[in-house]
Amino acid sequence: MPGPFVDDTQIEFARELARETTRPVLDLIRRHTTVSIERTVLRLFGISGAGSGGVPLANVMVDRLHQAGVLNRGAAYWYGRAFQLGARSPGEAADRLIAVPLQKLPALTPEVEARMREEVRAEARASVEDLRRRIKVRDSLRDELGMPTPPHKYVIVATGNIHDDVDQARAAAQAGADVIAVIRSTAQSLLDYVPHGATTEGYGGTYATQENFRIMREALDLESRKLGRYVQLTNYSSGLCMAEIAFCAAFERLDMLLNDAMYGILFRDINMRRTFIDQYFSRRICALAGVIINTGEDNYITTADAYDSAHTVIASQFINESFAKAAGLRDWQLGLGHSYEIDPARPETLLLELSQAMLVRRCFPDAPLKYMPPTKHKQTDIFFSHAYDVMADLVAIWTRQGIQLLGMMTEAMHTPLLADRYVALKAASYIHRAARGLDREFEVREDGKISERARAVFHAAIDLLEECRQGGLIAAIGKGRFGDVKRSELAGKGLEGVLEKSPDYFNPLLEILEAI
Amino acid sequence: MSSAGRQILRPYGDRRDDGVVQLSFTFPIPLSEKAREAAAQFVRKMGFSDVKVAAAEPAADNYTFFVVYARSTVQLDYAEIHAPELVVRKLGFDQLNASIEKEIGRRVVVFGACTGTDTHTVGIDAILNMKGYAGDYGLERYPWFEVYNLGSQVPNQELIRRAREKGADAILVSQVVTQRDVHVENTRQFIDAAQRSGICGRMLLLLGGPRVDHRLALDLGFDAGFGPGTKPSDVANFIVHSLLKRAGKEPKGLHYQGEPQ
Repeated sequence: MPGPFVDDTQIEFARELARETTRPVLDLIRRHTTVSIERTVLRLFGISGAGSGGVPLANVMVDRLHQAGVLNRGAAYWYGRAFQLGARSPGEAADRLIAVPLQKLPALTPEVEARMREEVRAEARASVEDLRRRIKVRDSLRDELGMPTPPHKYVIVATGNIHDDVDQARAAAQAGADVIAVIRSTAQSLLDYVPHGATTEGYGGTYATQENFRIMREALDLESRKLGRYVQLTNYSSGLCMAEIAFCAAFERLDMLLNDAMYGILFRDINMRRTFIDQYFSRRICALAGVIINTGEDNYITTADAYDSAHTVIASQFINESFAKAAGLRDWQLGLGHSYEIDPARPETLLLELSQAMLVRRCFPDAPLKYMPPTKHKQTDIFFSHAYDVMADLVAIWTRQGIQLLGMMTEAMHTPLLADRYVALKAASYIHRAARGLDREFEVREDGKISERARAVFHAAIDLLEECRQGGLIAAIGKGRFGDVKRSELAGKGLEGVLEKSPDYFNPLLEILEAI
Repeated sequence: MSSAGRQILRPYGDRRDDGVVQLSFTFPIPLSEKAREAAAQFVRKMGFSDVKVAAAEPAADNYTFFVVYARSTVQLDYAEIHAPELVVRKLGFDQLNASIEKEIGRRVVVFGACTGTDTHTVGIDAILNMKGYAGDYGLERYPWFEVYNLGSQVPNQELIRRAREKGADAILVSQVVTQRDVHVENTRQFIDAAQRSGICGRMLLLLGGPRVDHRLALDLGFDAGFGPGTKPSDVANFIVHSLLKRAGKEPKGLHYQGEPQ
């Protein structure tokens, strides 16, 4: 354990401040739902197809309910009513809901309505059981094959074509990758639907679709068996479809998801309310599915300066942790994000980076943590760039990071070549092998530069958390406290998809998730 | 040109004119002696001699990664190479502000955005944000620049409309994602929209990004292109010098350090 740097009571105080900061937001979350959450409920009932023009049926149905002004009762309620009207399958239910003037339907008698709700609940329970069985398949393969000791080496594939991604992912796994991330197509986070089917065209990445998830997980299962070690798969539960992506990922047995309580607000200009409400539901699904979340604090210090804004990372991690715990996630699922991003032109950056990584480890001893490589100050001199990445490898093993994204020596130029991944994996394997146990051999002196810096960053984080508690998280974001990006509560994309729940709102999936 | 003026240029490995070049590449085949020989032949076919396959490693079951050293017999006459490189001057932070105040007499208005579907603000932020990049202050820090950074995923028309509203002097378009040349397609659309709105020739149109160079930008119809390693002060100097040239306050042929080439 690094440090102590600061007393346990101070860390507990930071946690308490974060809890008080997130409490009013959680009240907002409880009172609202979103189109994305309601579509997730319909997906649970098996409405995962697409209609004409590739528009997902869940979108067609939810848009219809939203336009009719009745979505605030919950899509599950209307799904039940469709069966009352004679539908015999999810597909028929979709047809009924689209055809019938919903506002004009007479209210059900209390007995009939109670019975209808019980039937829908029973169907939801059966669907969740099915989901759990799928997750068990993943867990037993993971147990059978095993995973190496962390840090787990995480690399990215991003060809745009899922079949090419499979080739590159298998090659990366053979070269030693423990986690494969399929980068999403540029701007997918702003789509208010999840595209359908296998895709072969994407820009800067590959569309996240349920079918693409299935194709990649299946390929990695085969590769894992061949290699005799389990290779994990991750994608991105962010943007306007956090909850749906979480559900599709859980269903297709993904292991991790990028999932942050504030990232969409700050870096994609998605409305605050929408993001807060969606992140809660998506994290409930991750909690059920044993998915490890990766948070995005590393992004703060690509827009803001990594030295001056180090405390914002720590403060945000406490806030992200608080939101995560409120959604039922456990410590082992918290891949809190941070990174090796201090300007290498400064003196003593290795000390500063060690200090920061040790402080994060000290504050979150049981979380896996997600450590990002340098990006902002990467150079096109690939030889320097490679040496720079290797320093991040050293800090990762020294501070026992659970998940380490490997830097690519061509980071500043293009999406990684196959050989770039190989070279990065080879170097990281060497550094991890060479330096394992370093943290147990050296103690950090409490009166030295590393400790001094850790204390200064921690106390600045406490000050920021105090500000968030007093003025509210929304006001703090409005002042640009995180990542130097300012957002306001009613601006940004997707607010029109936020609804206040009616008193008789019905969501059996949420009932199950909250009862776990 | 007389032979006396010739300047023979060849790569320098560890001795003058040895012509040593390092290469690395990957073949989509498993590692074998045959694969190694294929790599050597490939490099010889490119015209190299003394080919040494220094490393042949299995990057994956069906991919072999090579590091090769070889000598090139190609030589150039450096005297025959022409590229505009008349380093005249580059003004520092205070000098540049003073120059705007004195010669232009008002704040220079700059708009910037990462347009199209590109979500990466890292480039435009490096140039515009207060903090800047590599110890070089961003344009927001200059009191005589008025900067509007619209962020990412801004439609081209929107950027042009807002720049016209404020009577901008320069528009900076950043393109980070370059897969399948999406940056070229999007910037063509930007130039089309700029031509339709009549701002070409009136506002400075600058393009920046990791795969951008000055020539590409000029070909696309921009006034300049800034590639990797560009500092905010390079862009600031270019804008001010260009405005002064347009106003006839600086000679047309003037060049300065950091100018895109």
